[in-house]
Formats: sequence, structure tokens, C-alpha cells
Amino acid sequence: MSQDRMSQDRIRKHRDETMMLTSPFHSRIVKACEINQWSEWKGVTTPDAYTDVELEYFAIRNSTGVFDLSPMTKYRISGPDAEAYLNRLITRDITKIKVGRVAYTVWCNDNGQVMDDGTIFHLAENDYRLCSYTRAMDWLCWSAMGFDVSIVDETYEVAALAVQGPTSCAILREMGCEGLEQLKSFGIKSFAFEGTDLLVSRTGFTGDLGYELWIDPTKAEVLWDKLFEAGKHRGIKPFGSHALEMARIEAGFVQATVDFIPAQDEVRQGRSRSPLELGLEWMVDFNKPMFNGKKALLKERQQGSRYRFVFLDVEGNKPAAHSFIFKGKKQVGIVTSAAWCPTAKSNIALAQVDAKYGEVGDLLIAEIYYQRELHWSKVMAKCTVIEKPVFNPPRRRLTPVMDY
Amino acid sequence: MTDTKLDNAFDVILVGGGHNGLICATYLAKAGKKVLVLEARDAFGGAAATSEFSDGFSVSSCAQWLMQLSPQIQKDLALEKFGLTLAAKNLSTIALGEDASHIKILGDKLEGDSLSAEDKQQYKKFYKQILKFSKVLATAFSHRPPKLVEANFSDRITLLKLGLGLKLLGQDDMRDLMRIALINMYDIMEENFDNELVKAALSFDSVLGSHMGPRSPNTVFGFLYRRLGDVYGFVGPAVVKGGMGAVGDALAASAKAAGVTLRRNAKVVRILTDCYRATAVELADGESIKANIIVSNVDPKATFKQLVGYPNIETGMARNVHNIRMKGNTAKLHLALKGLPKFTGLAEKDLGNRLLIAPSMDYIERAFNHAKYGEYSSKPALDISIPSVHDDTLAPAGEQVLSAIVQFAPYDLKQGWSDQTKQAFKQLVIDRLEDFAPGIKNLIIDSELLTPKDIEQQYHLTGGHWHQGELSLDQIMMMRPFTGATQYATAIGGLYLCGAGSHPGGGVMGLAGKNAADEIIKRGSKA
Repeated sequence: MSQDRMSQDRIRKHRDETMMLTSPFHSRIVKACEINQWSEWKGVTTPDAYTDVELEYFAIRNSTGVFDLSPMTKYRISGPDAEAYLNRLITRDITKIKVGRVAYTVWCNDNGQVMDDGTIFHLAENDYRLCSYTRAMDWLCWSAMGFDVSIVDETYEVAALAVQGPTSCAILREMGCEGLEQLKSFGIKSFAFEGTDLLVSRTGFTGDLGYELWIDPTKAEVLWDKLFEAGKHRGIKPFGSHALEMARIEAGFVQATVDFIPAQDEVRQGRSRSPLELGLEWMVDFNKPMFNGKKALLKERQQGSRYRFVFLDVEGNKPAAHSFIFKGKKQVGIVTSAAWCPTAKSNIALAQVDAKYGEVGDLLIAEIYYQRELHWSKVMAKCTVIEKPVFNPPRRRLTPVMDY
Repeated sequence: MTDTKLDNAFDVILVGGGHNGLICATYLAKAGKKVLVLEARDAFGGAAATSEFSDGFSVSSCAQWLMQLSPQIQKDLALEKFGLTLAAKNLSTIALGEDASHIKILGDKLEGDSLSAEDKQQYKKFYKQILKFSKVLATAFSHRPPKLVEANFSDRITLLKLGLGLKLLGQDDMRDLMRIALINMYDIMEENFDNELVKAALSFDSVLGSHMGPRSPNTVFGFLYRRLGDVYGFVGPAVVKGGMGAVGDALAASAKAAGVTLRRNAKVVRILTDCYRATAVELADGESIKANIIVSNVDPKATFKQLVGYPNIETGMARNVHNIRMKGNTAKLHLALKGLPKFTGLAEKDLGNRLLIAPSMDYIERAFNHAKYGEYSSKPALDISIPSVHDDTLAPAGEQVLSAIVQFAPYDLKQGWSDQTKQAFKQLVIDRLEDFAPGIKNLIIDSELLTPKDIEQQYHLTGGHWHQGELSLDQIMMMRPFTGATQYATAIGGLYLCGAGSHPGGGVMGLAGKNAADEIIKRGSKA
């Protein structure tokens, strides 16, 4: 497959420098990254932050933030059986996702345990792009037995930017994406850009109005330049993974390896979770005749889940990261993600509790440890189970988009 | 799809009328079920088959010896009454030496000029111990295999019996079994015997039908499995009158008498499913027949890959099915002969016995080496039967048929099985026979070689594998045919497996078919 050669070329190119790969936007990111603070994301050098995490976060919420998501794993799934193939693979009904639309979904193993979550882009008839957190080629190929379908890893063949925030639409229109304000949430639209196609989807991981841009990596740098030029009067700012983390917790999105362990990585039996246990039952379509995990999930629905996923509004302002959750004196769960959410002005935690606890309104206690001048303290913070994520502005889905 | 008058007329449809399928069908019919058996071929019995490969010459074209058929099944199904006759039984195994110094094995006895008194004595001890081990194995063979988790009461009893059987072996035997179970026949033979022919003959038993040489792990299990025949009362193999196809005929007659409806030349091309439930079968001519329970006697890989279809089962299960190791390595040679051949140093009265060309363990191991790399053996090992010595219905008067199991002939031959490669291999096997039976070439009227590809095609066995899946420790008991399809039921409701691919395995033993029927009856309307 061609992506093998391509990725090898990339590896060879950088052999003398570092084992890490770099993004197609790397030259621009390096320039913008004032604090030189890096991590790796699936083997690619990626900035934790460019300047200041809070400032970046507020750009996402009040103007526009730009995040390089090129390292995201991407598979092109096409061929006569592509639709049937995906419908067996994922929990949602793919036939309801028309051409030009995107679906957020999970996929499970035979035990109904979540392997990953991701988005599927319906690009054309029987032509899809699957974006995932994990590398999934092995499972995708096993799943392909008996289907006439081609699966190509195009992670390195597509450069991608998330452009998120209230002014994102105006900036992209300024850049030349005419009529973008009419694009509905989870829609896809193609624009001519520098002699190639710029694919724009109204998707994102921040819970606000926002877009993701998909383009040929050779046009990545010019895209970055034009985007920032177009956004200079509308508060555009690049942001790193730390600001994204704040935004996604505020928006209530779960993250693979943080809020659940991909089932294929589970070492100790019982550590993986089903979609029902992650609050994702809405994307499990039990009306489909069959899909991976359906049998196990039907049984779970009948017999009851082990865990319940909850949003907690935690008293005080200390993030309840990694806290145990108590009901009275009984430990009933753990926090998987937590953050002080500046816009919602609330202290939010994503937690998993024993299934018999955690009804909306239930009062629980988070055991929060924190350190001040090397001194550890503990607070038993009251928390309330809330129904929905705290950040969900109407502009996120409103079409046409208002001009901010 | 066209609906026919047969719609819903049956409680159970058996896909495939092999011996296990017929046995399963008969037990079900005896329990009051209305059963239909659909067989793709023109004859019943599956790998227990007789075919006329040349004018007037018939031969057991797949399995050639009867040596493991469960005595309980013979009795329950009254196979003798329905025409099963043995032309000869308690046959000796004769290992042919390259220097004409043959040895003869029957039960716990060894005969032969080249044998030392120590080897004879040691063989008695060895045979006794092996038989003890096989008996322990047999306790688990007549029940469904217990599951690893969520074991219920009857499964626990099976495990308990197995454990008790091991415990009752006594400390020394139990320690021995633990020690040898995972090693290989080569080492065991070296520990026990001096005579090369003895070592070779016994280790050949351990690799028959498999992708293993004497030095491969799992061969000790293969040997214990083989010895189940001895547990079931066969002292040496038997020859069935009319060839192995007569086993199929007797089973079919017994099934019919029990009220089973039998259809030949009715090839099932699909098992239809809806929401994890088997609903009907579809025949090659488009006819579809519905039933609440569908039992597949077809091997597990063909069942799920071809009949159900991987898209209709979940990925993990499809992966488990795909990973079943079942590549056949065994060819069959059939010769029509003008008269009895003469094997150097062998008396004519011994020609009706089981003759082995496998003069040393290294000879077998070298023959296997080729198979590892996709080549056929340049000096293959042979297990020879001349059934016409015992049964004059197989060949015209005065003429003979010879049937030989030939190892190794890999399913995936590097250069592919073509007329040319088949011809070349056949010639090589005949040359090898000529070395031991000079002049046999001049007796040949006609000949036929079946490669694993041919066996796959003619007997609908994926990979041309005898046992519908390699018999090795990773593919037995609760791991047979794969995790998630133990206890004959599958993730598809109403679909069961009953072939050799299921516990306990193949060998014209019949227990897979019987156990599957027991399980279906036990589940009753829950199925």
C-alpha cells in the first residue's frame, strides 16, 4: 500500500535528526510555539501549548483557536461493500449518514467493549474516511474478511487543522470559503484552494462552532499562512493539546485512553467499558440486524451495566483529577477527567461510578488531593450528578452561522 | 428463493450427511425430532467413502481403516443390523524395513527377528501406560467439553472425572503424563526403544493426517488420540466390507429407520441468518428450507466462511474461525493391480495387514521437512492397505486394489497442484512402493492420486484436512473448533456444529455427532 512507502520516506527523511515524525505544518508550528513545549502524538511532535494555556483556551471560546490534528489516524474505506462493512463495524446505522455528512461513533469488539471512538466522513457513495484515536488497521482488516472493500491508511496523506470558535466561520469565509455559513453541523463542503481541494467539515472537539480543514500535505503551509492572514483581525490563535483538554472536558467529550481503555489494550480483565457504560447508548442502534458487539450489548442492556458514566459538578475550584468518588463512606467510583471550566465557571469532572449510583441529582463526594508548597492536603468535595455537559451554546449548531 | 412444500416440515436440518451428521441426525430422530439430512455428494458418510476409481475397482477413497468408531454408537444405532460388516479386524501393523527385516505390532505385542527382548518387554510396559492415558482422555470425549468460565454442574462433573482420572493414575503415571504431554514422539521413542522400525511405526501413528513430524510438539497427544481406538475395543485396524462407504450406508440405513429424511445431491450453499439466528438453508438450485435448528456437519471454516458468511458474524469470531489451523498434508494413492504385489521379505499371508513404509523416525521427519516449505516429500511415508485381500467385492476376480495414505503432500504446494505436479508426485510414490515391492509397477492397471486439494473439493473439507482442523492441544476440548463455539452451539442461535471439527475430533469415531445431538436434546426448546 502506498502509505507504507510514504511513511517510510518520512521516517528516512528525519532519520538523522530525531525518531519523531513532524506534522506538515511543523515549520509554522515551530515559529508560533513560543514556549517550546512539546509532546508526542502517535509518533508525531506536537505542541502542548504555544504561549499560555489560558489564553489559548479563551481564543477557542471567544474568537478562534487553531489546532493541528494532522497526526490523527485516518483510514480511507471504499469499495462496493464499504457501507455494509462499516455498518457491521460500528454501533451506529451508517446508512442514515448521507453523502456529505459526518458521524461520530464508537466501535466495539465481540464483547461489546469500546475499542475506540471516532468520526466517519461520508465523502461519496461507498467512499468514507474514518478518523480514530488508535491505530486500527489490524482490526479493520480482520473485519474486512468477506467484504469487497479497500482500506488505506491515509494518516500521512492528509493534513488537517481544527479551526474552532465563534469567529471561525467568518475567518474561513474571509479566506475564500464562500457560503460556509450555510453548512450545517456535521456537514462537509469542498472548496477550491491553491489548485487543490480544501475539504471543510463543521466538526470539532471543543463543543462550539468550529470546523476541521482537510488538505493535501504539500499545501499545508500555504493553508496555515492564508488562514492566519485571514484571521488576524478576528483574534485567531494557535492552541496546543492542553487548551484542547480544557475545552473538551467542558464540552463533555470522552477521550480514548483517558476516559476509557481501548478494549484491545486491556490487560486486566474488566477494565474496558461498553458504550452503555460511557453514556454513549444514543449511538448504539439496536435496530440494526447485527454489528460487532450487538449480542453482548443486548445482554448488557437486559442484565444491567456494571458502571455508569456521569458528569459531576464539583464544589470548590480544585479540579478533582484522579479522585475516588464516595457515596457516604463507600467508594463507588473514580474520576477519569477533571478541569476547572472557565467559561461555564464550574468545576467539572467526568467519572465512572457503580451502575446503581449516579442518577441525575445524586449527591456524591470527591476525594481531592492537592499540593501547595510541597504540602499535600485533602478535601472531600461535594459533587452533584448533572444531566448534561456544562458548555453547549446554541451557536454550535445554529445554521446559517451568525457573523461574529 | 423459492419456498417449497418442505417449509417448516422439519425441526432440524443437518447440513452434510457425513458420518457425524448421520449419527447426530439419528440420535435426534430417536429423541422425537423431525430431521432432514442434506448431502451434497451422491453418497452418505463423508470421509467414510467408497468410490470406483477405475472400471471394476473400488476403494475406500478417504479414510481407509475403521479403528475408532465408538462401540456405544455401533450399538445404539444397530449398525451391524443395518449392514455394517467387517471383512477383517484386529489387523497387525507391519513396519517394512529397507533391509527386509520387518516388525509386526498387534496390541501390546511386538514380533520380528531384529527385535531385542528388552524392546519387546518395554513395549508391553509402554503400551499399558499409554492405554491408561488414553482412557483418561476418553472420559472427556463422550461429553460436551466444559467451558473455561461459567462452568455449570455437568461441565464440572466432566472436569472432575478428568481430574479424578488423572489422580487415579497414581503419582508416577501422572508425573509421566505431565512430562510427556507437551514434548514430542521422537524423544519419547528414543527414551523407550532401540529398534528403529518400532520407533518409526509408533511415531508415524502420531503424525498421520497432521502437519507434524515426529519431532513436533503435540505428537504425543496425536498418539494418545490414535490409541482411543484401542480403548474402544479395536486391537489394530479393521477393514470394512464394501469399503468405508459401507459405514456411511449403514449409518444412512439406521437414520432412515429412525425416521430421518435423507436427501443426496442436495448441496447447501448458504445458511441464512437473521439477527444472530439461523433461519433456513439455501440449496444450490435456489430452494430454501426453514427449520428452527440447523446443524452443520461441514467443517467449521466452511460453515462460517462460505455458508453463513463472515459478514454475518462478528469480527472477533470471524478471526477465530480464520485462525483454525487446518491445512491438510496427506494424499491418497489408489492402485488397480493385476495381482497381489510381493513385498520383499513379507509373506503373502501378511499382505492383508496394515503395511508401513516409514523405515526410521528421521525418514518421517525428513519427509515432513519438505512439507514445511510447501514441497511434497521426495521420500514420502506410506500407510498401505490392500483391502481386496479381505473383500472380493472391491476388484474383479484375481485382481486387487491397493490404497495408501501418503505423507507429506502439502495443501499449499509451492508450485500449485496441477496435472503435472500430481503426475510427478504420483510417480514418485509409485517408485517408492517399487523399492519395497519390486515388480508392483508392472501390476498397475490404473492409478489415482488425491491431493489435499482434491480431497477438499470432493469431500468438502477445507484444506483437505481429515479432522476438520488440526488435532493439537491448542485446538482440543474447549478450544475446539475455536473459543466461542465450544459445546456445539455457536453465536448464531439455532446453529450447531457436529463434525470432526468439534470436540473430540475426527477419525470416524462418531462422538462429535453424538455429543452434538445430546446437547441439542438437552437444550430442548431453548435452542
